[in-house]
Amino acid sequence: MTAKSEKIAIDVHHTASFLTDLLPDTCQALGRTILAFLQRVGQLSIFVGKSVMHCFLPPYFPSQIWRQLVDIGYYSLPVVGMTALFTGMVLALQSYTGFTRFNAESAIAAVVVLSVTRELAPVLAGLMVAGRVGAAIAAEIGTMRVTEQIDAMSTLSVNPFKYLIAPRVIAGTLMLPILVLVGDIIGVYGGYVIAIYRLDFSEGSYLSQTWDILETMDVISGLVKAAVFGFIVAILGCYNGFNSQRGAQGVGAATTNAVVSASIVILLFNYLLTQVFFS
Amino acid sequence: MSTNGKQPKLKISGVKKHFGKKIVLDGIDLEIEQGKSLVVIGASGTGKSVMLKCVLGLLKPDEGSVMVDGEEITHVRGSERDNVMEKFGMLFQGGALFDSMRVWENVAFGLIHAKGVDRQKAWEIAIEKIVAVGLKPEVGNLYPAELSGGMQKRVSLARAIAKNPEIIFFDEPTTGLDPIMADVINDLIVSSVKGLGATALSITHDMASARKIADYVAMIHQGKIIWHGSVKDLDNSGNEYVDQFIHGRATGPITRRVA
Repeated sequence: MTAKSEKIAIDVHHTASFLTDLLPDTCQALGRTILAFLQRVGQLSIFVGKSVMHCFLPPYFPSQIWRQLVDIGYYSLPVVGMTALFTGMVLALQSYTGFTRFNAESAIAAVVVLSVTRELAPVLAGLMVAGRVGAAIAAEIGTMRVTEQIDAMSTLSVNPFKYLIAPRVIAGTLMLPILVLVGDIIGVYGGYVIAIYRLDFSEGSYLSQTWDILETMDVISGLVKAAVFGFIVAILGCYNGFNSQRGAQGVGAATTNAVVSASIVILLFNYLLTQVFFS
Repeated sequence: MSTNGKQPKLKISGVKKHFGKKIVLDGIDLEIEQGKSLVVIGASGTGKSVMLKCVLGLLKPDEGSVMVDGEEITHVRGSERDNVMEKFGMLFQGGALFDSMRVWENVAFGLIHAKGVDRQKAWEIAIEKIVAVGLKPEVGNLYPAELSGGMQKRVSLARAIAKNPEIIFFDEPTTGLDPIMADVINDLIVSSVKGLGATALSITHDMASARKIADYVAMIHQGKIIWHGSVKDLDNSGNEYVDQFIHGRATGPITRRVA
C-alpha cells in the first residue's frame, strides 16, 4: 500500500468513526425534539378539549363572562377601529395609484370593500387583539399560576377552567366578530373618505359601486374567521398563562409565546378558511 | 400519630413522585387522627410542598394512595373532587390571595362560588372570619396589595377557615414574618384549628412554629419520612438527622451541596 492510499484509508476511517459518534447524538436530539413537539401538541389538544367542554357545562360564572366581554370587546374597540380606519384609507390611496395606470379607478370601491370585509378587518383585528388581549390573558393567568392563586382556587372547590378559562374563551369567540363588523364599517368608511375628499370621486357612484359588489357571504366569511381568531387568541393566551413557568421570566415567556403563537395560528387559519370559503 | 386502632382522618400510603430523573417523594407514609395537628419538618427541597400538593390533588402522585375518612381520593376527579375539597382548607406560603378582589371577596370566594351562598350572607361570614383573625372589619374593603405581609397571612388564614373545613393544610405559615408576627400567626392557627375541631397538616422549617402548633411531628429527608413522633419527644428523638435539623447545625448527617 502506497503512502497516499494509506492516508486515504486513515481519512476514511476517521470520517467513519466521526459519523458513528455523531449519528446517535443527532438522532437522539432529533427524537427528543419530535417527542417534545408531540407532547406539546397533545397537551394543547387536551387543554382545548377541556376548555371547550367547560364552556358548555354548568356551573357558569355570568359575572366573569360579562367582565371578559367588556375587557375583550369594548376596550379593544379603539385599537380595532383605528386599525380599520387607516387600513381602509391606505387601501383606497394605494389602489388609486395602481389602478389609474390601467384606467380602472372605478374598481377602487370594490377593492376596498372586498379586501376589508373578507381579509383585512378579520386578520388585522385578530392580530391586534392577539397583541392586546392575548398578552393580557397570558400575563394575568401566568401571574396567578406562579403566585399559586390558581392552586388556591382549586382548593376552594372552584374549577379554574370554569372560572378563568371558559369566560375568556366565550368572550373572545363572541366579541371578535362584533369588533370585526365594526371594523368593516369603519374600514369601508376610511376608503370612502379618501375617495370622496382626496381623490374627488362622486359620493353616489362610490357608494353604489360598494353596495353592488358586496355580497352577504363576503361579510359572513369575515365574521366566521373572526370567531375562529377570537377563539385562537383566547385559548392560546389561557394555555400559555396556565402553563407558565416560575418567576417573572416564566410569565414574560408565556406572554411572548401567547402573542407569537396566536399570530402565526391566525395567519394559518386565515389561509385554511379562505380556501374553504372561496376555493 | 399513632391511630390507636381508630380510623385516621387522613392517611397517606407509599406516595411517590418524580420529576424527570429526580425522585422527590420516595414512598411517604403518614397518618393523622381526627382533631390532631401533624407538622412535617425538613430542609428546603426535600419534598414537603410536593407532598402537600399530592394530598390536595394539585399534583398526581406516581404511586401510592391518599385517603380521607377511609375513602380513597387519589384519583377522584370532577364533582367528586369538589366534594373532597369541601373538607379542605389551605393556607399557602405566599398567601395566594386573589389580587383583583377585595379582601372580603377573597375570604368569601369559596362560599359564593362553590357553596352558592348569597353575597350578603357571604359578606357577613367573611367579616366574621376577618375579625376572628384579629383584623378590623374595614380591612374587608381593601385589596390584598394594600396589606402588610402579616395582614395578608391573616386574611389567607381567614379564607382557609371560611368554609369551616375538616382538614386544614398550612404551607410554611410563618415564612417571611418577623418573630412576633410569626408567633401571632401560630396562636391564630392553634385557636382556629382547635375552635373548628379540625385536623391539621402543616409543613415548615420554623421550629418555633412547629413546637407551637404540632401535636405530632414527622421529619422528611430525601423524599422519605425518617422520623415521626409526639412533639414532646422531639428533643429526645434519638435521630441524628432530627437533632441536627432542630438545632440548626451546619455539620451532621444532613449535608447541603452548594453549587
